[in-house]
Amino acid sequence: MSESVIQQVREHLDVLYRKESGRIRATLIRLLGDFDLAEDAVHDAFAAALEKWPRDGMPENPRAWLISTGRFKAIDTLRRRARFDASQEKIAEEIEARQGHEEGGKDESIEDDRLKLVFTCCHPALAPEGRVALTLREVCGLTTEEIARAFLTTAPTLAQRIVRAKTKIREARIPYQVPSAEELPERLAAVLQVVYLVFNEGYLASSGASLIRADLSGEAIRLGRLLVASLPEPEVLGLLALMLLQESRRTARTSAAGELILLEHQDRSLWNREQITEGIALVEKALISRRFGSYTLQAAIAAVHAEASTAASTDWPQIVALYTALAQAAPSPVVELNRAIAVAMSEGPEAGLALVDALLTRGELNAYHLAHSARADLCRRLGRKSEARSSYERALELTQLEPERRFLKKRLQELE
Amino acid sequence: MKYICLGYIEPNKLETQPEAVTHAMVDECFTYDDELRKNGHFAGGHALQGPQSAATLRFENGKVVVTDGPYAETKEQLGGILILEARDFNHAIELMSKHPGVKAGPFEIRPAADLSEMIQESERRRSDNDA
Repeated sequence: MSESVIQQVREHLDVLYRKESGRIRATLIRLLGDFDLAEDAVHDAFAAALEKWPRDGMPENPRAWLISTGRFKAIDTLRRRARFDASQEKIAEEIEARQGHEEGGKDESIEDDRLKLVFTCCHPALAPEGRVALTLREVCGLTTEEIARAFLTTAPTLAQRIVRAKTKIREARIPYQVPSAEELPERLAAVLQVVYLVFNEGYLASSGASLIRADLSGEAIRLGRLLVASLPEPEVLGLLALMLLQESRRTARTSAAGELILLEHQDRSLWNREQITEGIALVEKALISRRFGSYTLQAAIAAVHAEASTAASTDWPQIVALYTALAQAAPSPVVELNRAIAVAMSEGPEAGLALVDALLTRGELNAYHLAHSARADLCRRLGRKSEARSSYERALELTQLEPERRFLKKRLQELE
Repeated sequence: MKYICLGYIEPNKLETQPEAVTHAMVDECFTYDDELRKNGHFAGGHALQGPQSAATLRFENGKVVVTDGPYAETKEQLGGILILEARDFNHAIELMSKHPGVKAGPFEIRPAADLSEMIQESERRRSDNDA
């Protein structure tokens, strides 16, 4: 066997691993009903390929070969364990008896397996932090260490969350399936929530020195694409659009020194046009369906911003209208705050300030730093300096994020 | 697989709401129970008398202490249990989501634990001790 053949197979397997191991893992999880067994089976299958393919040649359908090899390796593992633990033999038999492995290589059933896995990982019966960790681990294939780093927690803590979630899936027998049409809206909402949470953790980073953790946003967008490919519901399109449109401003959102730059001051030539075009097309498709919800509306707002060449030329009345619809679809004081800011842009700071003050009087946003910094900003524009100062100071007390703190301090200095 | 469904309800809810409402609710619940029975999903269950009828036993300082009332003082109290035969967790959730009782109070669904191995081991230990 020549070195070059081995090298060729190795390179090919590298590509296959990067592109296909997530799908192969998802199918093996369904076939084996066990996350850890499937993980080992994926590695065993690739190791077997490295040994066999240079000798026997590449199989016609490499993915199907890897899945079926992984499945047999797992059954072997269980049989070996059965020498010490008789119950493993029963599991091995059950897996052997299970039909469906013949279809293991077909594209359709493979995409379906990934989707089933997403629904299992985001099951509402699992703890919310477990859902996020498990999805990143099992669907995106991130390592425990990578996830722990992204969420600023320790690997053992994260590993524990994953183990707990996996144990519950096994012991409560949470199945691998796409929910029925009747359950779909609610279950899908839980999935989209996980995806958006991952995105925001990457985009807004709730704490720490860096404002953006690009890797997580990228994973969330990949997840969004996976969902769009297999379940193109309007809100799925809406969420992917929303993420793409926000992501398109990534480079413009922070200065070289890591300072936060507000939308109105961003250099719009830095916005990623490709992502904007794709995002807008998705929003339009979701809106046409007339079955859209809050993600699509948020994406539509982002699209209006994306279409404006300057902050001043933004179609603010349309943004106000979209926020009004959003406040109806998903009532929240934060949405009302954003609507108030849009009103200020469309009708003037006075009208906006009246709305912000009414919101603050209601009390729900008292501990929300952005409400106070928005108020400060409107007061500043109206020349009400001392009110602006006390609101900036209140906002500063309420945020731990370093770049935001620097931004607020700068604004305070400018008031002097 | 068996799932144990614990139905919680505010004590005296049935007695304090208008009789017609209670009648409608109870009739709905029994109709659904019958449907579960007919399809082989009802593997047992019972309604409970109110928490005021409960006694709680605890082992303290080497002896059993009996106290009046339920173990946990919560707004909603365990009102009944239902043993469900379901394919998997999603199936159990689906069956109990349609149970009209969920409108009266929350259901907690717990998969039944399989103790067969623990029992076998225990039997082995006990026969070793006898020998």
